[in-house]
Amino acid sequence: MDIFIEYLKAFVVGGLICVVGQLLIDFTKLTPARILVGFVVAGVILGAVGLYGPLVEFAGAGATVPLTGFGYNLAKGVKEAVEESGLIGALTGGLKASAGGIAAAIFFSLLAALIFKPSDRSISG
Amino acid sequence: MNLTKQEYEKLNQKASKNTKSYITLPMAFLVGGLICTLGQALMDLYSTLGFNEKDAGMLVSASLIFLTALFTGLSLFNVLAKHAGAGTLVPITGFANAMVSPALEFKSEGFILGLGAKMFIIAGPVLVYGISASIIYGIILYLVQVFAG
Repeated sequence: MDIFIEYLKAFVVGGLICVVGQLLIDFTKLTPARILVGFVVAGVILGAVGLYGPLVEFAGAGATVPLTGFGYNLAKGVKEAVEESGLIGALTGGLKASAGGIAAAIFFSLLAALIFKPSDRSISG
Repeated sequence: MNLTKQEYEKLNQKASKNTKSYITLPMAFLVGGLICTLGQALMDLYSTLGFNEKDAGMLVSASLIFLTALFTGLSLFNVLAKHAGAGTLVPITGFANAMVSPALEFKSEGFILGLGAKMFIIAGPVLVYGISASIIYGIILYLVQVFAG
């Protein structure tokens, strides 16, 4: 039962964060690129003011999987690094905390681009 | 049928206008929610395997990115994204797809300025502003630490 509630919380909170993105797509002229940038920066800010941490505790992957979670992870990494090593932590903390994800994204993108053929995007047919 | 770019844009706009919010919003909720639930299941799996919370979280991201790369390569991601909208865009899958998709499409323009550069056409700005925001936060934190003791 516990695991069901855990999954339900991840589902509902993750779903709602995506609904915010869909509202932006449907009712503003923001491009997907702007929305992605906005979500990451929003995550940094919400993490910085201490609002996102409790959400992660409540919803787990429901809060960490959306891109706001990436921003939160950057902010959290910076906070820990500044507490540990001072000003230099402002430079190192963010990337240190997100190194695995960024490296994975680069490497898997390269692999996929090498292995697969581009889809036929021509409009004819 | 053969269409000019303008005609295609027109059709595209028409199609977009017909997508009503009472369809797009529940779809985004459903698909986005399911991706996060999958993330939670993976999180539990990696925790059970003995990884600490940080490593497990990283592995969840890496796994979802891997799956996105695979589905994008197989041309399946676009099919899902078309119906899911923000449901696939907002989770880490959207970031991953924004890297894989141009890397694959621009491979024909070369491995350096095609694949290598275009990979970051959307991911680049995300990293630039995300990392910069976090550095500003770090500087503020440091100043608060110094002056507030």
